[in-house]
Parts: sequence; structure tokens; C-alpha cells
Amino acid sequence: MAKITFITKDEHTIVCEADSGSVMELAVQNGVKGIDGDCGGVCSCATCHVHVAPDSVARVGEAGEIEKDMLELDDEANERSRLCCQLEVSDELDGIVLHVAH
Amino acid sequence: MTEQSTGNDVCIIIGASHGGVNLAFALRKEGWDGEIHLIDQDPNPPYHRPPLSKAHLISDDGLEKILLKAPKAYEDHNIQLHLGHTVTAIDHVHQLVNLEDGSSKHYDKLVLAVGARPIIPPIKGVDSAQHLYPMRTAEDANHIRSAFAQSESKRVVIIGGGYIGLETAASLKKLGGDVTVLEREERILARVTAPLMSEFFQTLHTQNGVAIHTGKNVVELRQNANGQEVVCSDGTLYPADVIVIGVGIRVNQELAQEAGLEIDNGISIDEQCKTSDANIYAIGDCTYHHNKHYNRMLRLESVQNAVDQAKTTARALTGKHTEYDALPWFWSDQYDVKLQMVGLSDGYDDIIKRDESEAGQHKFSTWYFKGEQLLAVDAVNNAKAYVVGTKLIANKKQASKTDIANSATDLKSLLG
Repeated sequence: MAKITFITKDEHTIVCEADSGSVMELAVQNGVKGIDGDCGGVCSCATCHVHVAPDSVARVGEAGEIEKDMLELDDEANERSRLCCQLEVSDELDGIVLHVAH
Repeated sequence: MTEQSTGNDVCIIIGASHGGVNLAFALRKEGWDGEIHLIDQDPNPPYHRPPLSKAHLISDDGLEKILLKAPKAYEDHNIQLHLGHTVTAIDHVHQLVNLEDGSSKHYDKLVLAVGARPIIPPIKGVDSAQHLYPMRTAEDANHIRSAFAQSESKRVVIIGGGYIGLETAASLKKLGGDVTVLEREERILARVTAPLMSEFFQTLHTQNGVAIHTGKNVVELRQNANGQEVVCSDGTLYPADVIVIGVGIRVNQELAQEAGLEIDNGISIDEQCKTSDANIYAIGDCTYHHNKHYNRMLRLESVQNAVDQAKTTARALTGKHTEYDALPWFWSDQYDVKLQMVGLSDGYDDIIKRDESEAGQHKFSTWYFKGEQLLAVDAVNNAKAYVVGTKLIANKKQASKTDIANSATDLKSLLG
């Protein structure tokens, strides 16, 4: 079980728990504002963009090649950006904090 | 009637797929205070359609993994869902929609997000064929999945070599099917892509063990002692336990037509997504609209178009200045190949291929030009080409064909 915290652009904090699935699915299931996941989670639309909190970066890890390229479509991208459809929920992610980019 | 929402205005949206659902939420975001009703004949909670032929078809996960929004989100945003209901008519004079149960409901603004339905061609025997399905809804995917699971020899014939047919072929192959695709044209994806892309996908499927036959005109579906077979005009026969039809769609335009709205290859809308009736808008696959970037009228079958037109309509309905101005983009996933497409290649006179493949991994892009103007890019396992292509096309920037063709040139340098 992993507990994941989303902080939306308008400063709402939503704490979600899950065992599996993608972090994007978790956000959508919990109605996290700003995470749309228009492509359904295949890294094609860049509408599930989060900035990983500095202390969570080490656990979340770096974006893959396709993901990094897709992030370049987004002006809000920075070195802590991830598309959260590419993050698989696992114990490893327990306690991470993600700031929704839009 | 004012353009601004008064707080009491009722918006009815017919169709709760990508367009309708995104519109409902976008309306709330833009400040629509009145009632919002989403009506759809599909009884399932609204879901993503693209995964139906891909990941969803091969997984045991239920629909909850691919819902567009959490059920609770509709409540939180005070969006009323009417699922499993069919609108039978629009009374545009009295601003009413009539439902199949005889009830009717008043609207101040009505939005048609009615989409399209698969074409089932009038092939001899099609009505009595067993386990024959299109691929458009969650129910279709369920039918295909269970017919496939129950069949012993798992022989699948897919009629139509477009994206839907090919994605379904790849998925059922992954599940261990004996899959054949029959395409009427001389190449697969003939309507949507260049010959070199058709060739690439034909080879990809063949290498993965899917039989692709082009120039095959299916004329009959026949039952015999051993099961059923698909018969082509050249006399060839293909035994089939499951048949999937993917030969295109027909716009659900009847409601609009009967209400007297202007129709032309879909429901005609202006740049605010308004139909010929001031109180009725339309979005998504069902619309015939002007694309500013390419300066031509289009009907697009895509998630992107549905979502972008939903956003435009939400702004229009809340009295804001808005204009639909989007660059079309699409994607398809087959086996380990991720295809991303941006722009419209119609009218191209030159194609540049940029090959960045490494051992065992396809990676290339196809750049469509008209003169020196870049029209579209198809990128295979190459998001960078897709992203750079998107930026070049969106900004109508010229790029050197020589640089594109040279895989040693960094694509980003093209952005200048």
C-alpha cells in the first residue's frame, strides 16, 4: 500500500492510497484537479503533468526518453517534471508528494 | 436570452464520451452555474475509448481502470448523468429533448456530442453471422473478449485494415489468436497514411504472426459444418470463430437532421462550435468544422478534437470570446510500436523519412511537405520527432529537408 499526496495548483491537498495501477489513474479516480489523462495513460498527451516534490525525487526517479520528449510540449516543465501515467504505484512510492503542474 | 449563464440556465449534453464529459467539467470550470445534464444510451459510466482495442482488450481489469472521471467527480461538480437513456427527438422550437421513455426535458443550451457508429457493411450473411462485432464501445470489447475466450481454435478475421482493425489484431495476437486482417484496398491504412507507413505496419504485423491480405473484398459470411467462413470475391475463404468489423464510421446525425440543423459531411458548426440553431452546439466526431490551421473544412475522428471542441464550447456558452483553433493529433499503439501523428498530410507532394532505428528497435519519422511547408509528421517510437514536428507545424516554421533527413542532425536545432 502506498500513500501518495497530490497538491493541486489551487493548493488543495489530496491524499490517496493504492496498491497498484498508475499514479495518473489514482489521481483521476480521486478527482485530482489538473490531472486529465486524456490519452488514457499511454504517454501521448502530456495532460497528467506533475512536479515531484524535492524530497520525493530520489524515489520517483527520472522520466524515460519518450516521457522527457513529451514534456517538452509543456511550458511548465522543469527538472522535477513527470507524466504520472508513467509512474506505477508501488511500496517504493509510499509517502511521495506530487504538485500538479496545471 | 443573454449569452451569459444566469445561474438558472439548463445545459443538456447528448453523448457522454470524451467530448460530452470534458464539456460538462469545462463548463463548471468556466463558471456555468445552471444545471448540466449528460445523457447517453451507453449504460456504463463514461470511459476512455482508445484503450478498448489496446490495453483494455487484453487485460482482465474492469472498466473502472479506464473511466474518464471518478463517479464521485460528477456529484462534486453537480453534473447529472442520465446513462442508458436515448434521446428520440429534439424540438428546437420549444427547446426540448424527448427521451425514449416519453419524457421530455427543457434546455437553454443543447450540445450534441453524439459521435458516430461503426459501419456494418451489407455483406451477404452479415445478419446471421456468429460472433461478429464492431469495436467502438465497452460492450463491443466485452463481446470480442468473451467470444475469443470461448472459442477453441481462436481464429479471428478482422475486416478492415485501419487503425481500429490493426490495433485489435495486435491485441488478439498477444492473447494467442490466429489472426487474419482482410483489407479491400491495395494497402492497409490507405485512407490515413503514406505508402511507406502502410508498408511498415504490414511488415510489423506479418513479423508478429498476423496474416494481412490486401485487395480482399469480402462478399459473404457463410456457415458450414465446421463453423463459419469469410468469403472474398476472388474465391478465397477464411475460417473465423470471431469476426471484427472495422471499416469506418457513420456520423450519428439523424437527431440533428430531423431538427433541421445544417448537415454537410457531419453536423455543420462555426468556430464557436455553434450549429445553424443559436441554442444548439455540436462537438467531436460528429462535427463538420473549419480548421484554421489548414484553412479547410474537416471531420475528425479523434479524442483531441473532441476535447478541444469541448473547451471551445464551454467558453462560448459562458459568454467568453473563443475560437476553435487546434492542430490535429492522433496516436496508435501496436505491439511495441508507439505511433504518434501530428497535422494533416492531405495534399503533400514530398515525403522525407528520417531513420533513427537502432538494433532491434524501430525508431523513425515521416515528414510530409507541400513545397517547403511542413504539413504533418508520423513518428514511430520517436516522441522527439513528434514534439519538434508539432512545434514547427503550429508555428508554421520552415525546416530544412536535408537536416530532417540527416539523422545526425539534432532535431531540436530545427526549432532555431
